Amino acid sequence: MYVAVKGGERAIDNAHAWLAEERRGDTSVAELSLAQIREQLKLAVNRVMAEGSLFDPDLAALAIKQSRGDLIEAIFLIRAYRTTLPRFGHSHPVETADMACDRRVSATFKDVPGGQVLGPTFDYTHRLLDFKLAAEGDLPEAPTAAPRQEPTPHVTSFLRGEDIIQTEPHSDAAPKDITREPVAFPADRATRLQTLTRGDEGFLLGMAYSTQRGYARNHAFVGELRIGTVAVEMEIPELGFAIEIGEIELTECETVNQFKGSKTEPPQFTRGYGLVFGQTERKAIAMALVDRALRWRELGEDNVGAAAQDEEFVLSHCDNIQATGFLEHIKLPHYVDFQSELELVRKLRREAETSTAQEAAE
Amino acid sequence: MHPLLQVNNIRKMYGARIGCTDVSFDLFPGEVMGIVGESGSGKSTLLNCLAGHLDTDGGEVIFDTRDRGPVDTLTMSEPERRMLGRTDWAFVHQHARDGLRMSVSAGGNIGERLMAVGGRHYGDIRASAVDWLDRVEIEENRVDDRPSAFSGGMQQRLQIARNLVTGPRLVFMDEPTGGLDVSVQARLLDLLRGLVREMGLSAIIVTHDLAVVRLLADRLMVMKSGHVVETGLTDQVLDDPQHAYTQLLVSSVLQV
Amino acid sequence: MSEYNFAYLDEQTKRMIRRAILKGLAIPGYQVPFASREMPMPYGWGTGGVQVSAAALTPDDTLKVIDQGADDTTNAVSIRKFFQRTAGVATTEETEQASIIQTRHRIPEATLREDQILVYQVPIPEPLRFLEPRETETRKMHSLEEYGLMHVKLYEDISQHGQIATSYAYPVKVEGRYVMDPSPIPKFDNPKLEMAAIQLFGAGREQRIYAVPPYTQVVSLDFEDYPFEPTKADHACDLCAAADSYLDEVIMDDAGGRMFVCSDTDYCRSRRAAGHVGRLGTEAPLSTGPEAA
Repeated sequence: MYVAVKGGERAIDNAHAWLAEERRGDTSVAELSLAQIREQLKLAVNRVMAEGSLFDPDLAALAIKQSRGDLIEAIFLIRAYRTTLPRFGHSHPVETADMACDRRVSATFKDVPGGQVLGPTFDYTHRLLDFKLAAEGDLPEAPTAAPRQEPTPHVTSFLRGEDIIQTEPHSDAAPKDITREPVAFPADRATRLQTLTRGDEGFLLGMAYSTQRGYARNHAFVGELRIGTVAVEMEIPELGFAIEIGEIELTECETVNQFKGSKTEPPQFTRGYGLVFGQTERKAIAMALVDRALRWRELGEDNVGAAAQDEEFVLSHCDNIQATGFLEHIKLPHYVDFQSELELVRKLRREAETSTAQEAAE
Repeated sequence: MHPLLQVNNIRKMYGARIGCTDVSFDLFPGEVMGIVGESGSGKSTLLNCLAGHLDTDGGEVIFDTRDRGPVDTLTMSEPERRMLGRTDWAFVHQHARDGLRMSVSAGGNIGERLMAVGGRHYGDIRASAVDWLDRVEIEENRVDDRPSAFSGGMQQRLQIARNLVTGPRLVFMDEPTGGLDVSVQARLLDLLRGLVREMGLSAIIVTHDLAVVRLLADRLMVMKSGHVVETGLTDQVLDDPQHAYTQLLVSSVLQV
Repeated sequence: MSEYNFAYLDEQTKRMIRRAILKGLAIPGYQVPFASREMPMPYGWGTGGVQVSAAALTPDDTLKVIDQGADDTTNAVSIRKFFQRTAGVATTEETEQASIIQTRHRIPEATLREDQILVYQVPIPEPLRFLEPRETETRKMHSLEEYGLMHVKLYEDISQHGQIATSYAYPVKVEGRYVMDPSPIPKFDNPKLEMAAIQLFGAGREQRIYAVPPYTQVVSLDFEDYPFEPTKADHACDLCAAADSYLDEVIMDDAGGRMFVCSDTDYCRSRRAAGHVGRLGTEAPLSTGPEAA
């Protein structure tokens, strides 16, 4: 007597128990604390906050621990949690010109007001494994300087002064919110930027790289890359004025790109823009390049058919939570569909065989 | 007799540059109008404006529709214009791959318009496809092959079959023989002339090749820098050109 | 899980989804865009169906969840558990008892009633997607009713295979207007799409909801001379002897021995309980309750 496979519930419970055990690993090794993840795996925490669209280092650390270091899984946990949070309102736009910069570099000018500040960067480290890190030990203290008090003006503002970079239209209109309204095509730039900033770092890196290799090349200079903290202000209806509710760390990248000029515009530079939670500079630069590539229409450039110019292609496929879910869903049972395909293929083969046999007989 | 198409003061600008301007003419049923001129003369711009592929900056394109009589197609609703585009109008592109579905069989390409207007009998659709392949001199046994397996001349003939299968009343053709070998061109022209006469088609043909209009067109319009510089019966214009530019064109001094 | 709202989603979100559902019911077969939320299960695993169910559920409902027709497949178990935890609603495996049935890939064999809602999980809601990848273009094709391309696809099938070679997710035309993807149900289920129950379709990742109201005309696309044919394996169920149900094929041994069983596990169970015995079946146990976990 055949008995159909049962006990899905028990199998699921057991699988989860095993997962928990694997997550903990060898119990003779000390358990990882959230504070350790938050402080010592900060760039992983940043990526989870950025692509999870939720600025909370402690929750991101928890998600990384729970996901055993699978960052896309951690981003997924944060996104699902984010869904359940009530929305109290929205902040004022943050003022990145007032950023307290930890890092600020420009590739377009040797020196600029506010200076070049390298900050805590991997750049210029030699990528040699440092075996000293394998042993635990205290670090010598890094030298510090007094923080700069006055605002650090954007590099592109100097180009603006000369009127040699394109003017971005000013608008006080509330941008669409992609977490509240489905993205419709063609999408405006605010929608594109929102989608890109939570998009997968690897996907955007590949897209940006493709523009550099000639698929919609727009020759980008990093006009400025800055990382630091900005104040978040929110209008409180009961008070009638805005108060500071906290600080967040951001990475902002503005690229300065070539532009030949068009029939209506004199030759000038154009920009691409990237803004991402936390210290996430690879992502911010990639975002700026992809943003610039997607602007071909408004700038009167040719669509050369490159993937990075294709708004529907880029925006519909950059979200790793959508992508990973759909990719992995093919693990789910599909035996009903497969059965119907099986019967169709058998039928087609039977008919093909019959007709071959008939031809042979004739 | 009512004109099938009345074109009034069509104008199209590209920024400050003129695409075409002040173009007006009537086209009567069964008539073939040729539009000639060198590259950049505005003839393709005009054709695309008339066919509704480009927005115009002024003017009217009044078509004598079957159910509503004369209607300005430029102000028509999009569903209505698209319906016209797959029934009474046809557009033959210079490059066959712009007008064909390259991943669909020849039969499917011809059948598409029939299915778009409600054809639901596979046997009938296939019979029409085979019949049309025959009319454009493609062998019946190629009906299930994809156009990518066809030569350039065959692709162009397939495009013509795909367009004519629903018996359109007006055909727009953009350099239909451009890009083909001379011997292939001659065969295609012969075929087109036969179909135009046999079906009583009205057509507007844009070309830089005077041989094409000599063979196909009843009337001729000569364009230069976006303006019509001369119109008349084909033989008249070609044999006794009045405008200096037409004279230049006809004397073949201009390498177009 | 008292820290979450009833059925997980907050009330504002549920209202937004209900508006989309009502719009879908008002325009049968039309895909209504909605701001799909990130759910605690992956996209592609039923997030659209889960959001539609969450918006439709009331505390008095009885929920049934099936995947491939079966209540005990892992994803069905997981989704049922989710609603037990977040909504505390009664659940059942009996089609007859359920007021809301969430399904993936099947329509139950039993005839559904007016007081029931069938919620489908939809991976790709756009029936034209594999003919035209661009959303801007497919929306235009729907709004202008330009469905010729769909028949070109069927034409190509027949010219290559001698028949329409689509066996699941078989496209339908709803109430003579919109061409709709019925989700990847086998085409055997297509005739059941005209039913008394409300049918709601949710696609979370693609952010679309659509609906078929009760007693709405649903026609499977075909040609006059190649009519639509619902097909199934040419066997009877080896457990309950049903000849009218969709069957799963099960490989029994290394020698390739096979048996065919109803994919609708509740249908099979109730038939065996009523005394039907198939080729390899014995009489079913009387208990019908879900297994203790």
